[in-house]
Amino acid sequence: MANVLVNAPKTAKKGEIVEIKALIMHVMETGYRPGTNGRIIPRNIIGDFTATWNGREIFRMKMSPAIAANPFVSFAAIASESGTIAFRWSGDEGFVAEHQVSITVT
Amino acid sequence: MTGLRLAAVLLAVFAASFALAQGDPRRSGYREMGPALQKMQDDDAANPAMLFVQAGAAAWAEKAAAGKSCADCHGDATASMKGVAARYPAFSAEAGKPIDLEGRINLCRTTHQQAEALAPESDGLLALSAYVALQSRGQPIAPPDDARLSNLRAEGAELYKRRQGQLNLSCANCHDDHAGRKLAGATIPQGHPTGYPIYRLEWQALGSLKRRLRNCVIGMRAEPWSYDAADYLALESFLMQRAKGMAMDAPGVRP
Repeated sequence: MANVLVNAPKTAKKGEIVEIKALIMHVMETGYRPGTNGRIIPRNIIGDFTATWNGREIFRMKMSPAIAANPFVSFAAIASESGTIAFRWSGDEGFVAEHQVSITVT
Repeated sequence: MTGLRLAAVLLAVFAASFALAQGDPRRSGYREMGPALQKMQDDDAANPAMLFVQAGAAAWAEKAAAGKSCADCHGDATASMKGVAARYPAFSAEAGKPIDLEGRINLCRTTHQQAEALAPESDGLLALSAYVALQSRGQPIAPPDDARLSNLRAEGAELYKRRQGQLNLSCANCHDDHAGRKLAGATIPQGHPTGYPIYRLEWQALGSLKRRLRNCVIGMRAEPWSYDAADYLALESFLMQRAKGMAMDAPGVRP
């Protein structure tokens, strides 16, 4: 399992704007750098990041080789209902990481 | 005449109060950073070093070859490891020589856990040292008052002032004589090891004080020492002594 750090409030008031932060350990190898043997190190990046709130997509991001290692994403969402916020990162070499947090909306 | 004297007195008073207000002239690398980077370090949800801390916490509880985990001997790290990173390098009776925190972790691994030593700068070693160092956050750097370390510190002090490399620079040339000024776009810090291991944005990775020292040595166009060289230990011991009493802010973020 990938090393993930997600920070989202555990509770929120209905209609409140909440900040969600997601950090993941990943090399984000660009595919442009030569290794010690002089050959190009193959590209190995996270291509897609999505967040869903009770299954409904609230955030999607396409990542490129220009994004630094261990990408940190922060975004805002309107707290509509209690439930689960699920995060999914996918990328090269079959990389998939998933994480969820629960939030109570009152 | 009296006007001049008054001006001189005022100037002296001003200089004295300025010196008092300044207090300790030592500044950690944290204080040289911009507010954005300081915020990144302070926010545990944004500080990428916390990924390594998380891995370190898992490794702390993991049983090694001898069936023992770090936690089996040391218990809860948040209590047992408090202030530990602020004390190293220290003299180890077990090893019969001074060792740094990474050396201590590996000594534990090879003797008590009967596991293989972790390679220098490996993710495993960095993760454990970041986890241990985090427990000293806010603690003052407290190098042990141990006569067995004085030779090493003296050696480190000498090394710090010794000119080396094609550029013929010493550590002191930048970090004492020109600290706070710019080297290209970057502010030259005073070089206090308060935040190690650091997540350096240029590396896009966590790195130890040794890696940072290697970087500087390469920058002076000198030949870097191998990771097991005693020179690092000497410099580390000297730098910790030099930063005595400063608050730890590990794991730090640095540009």
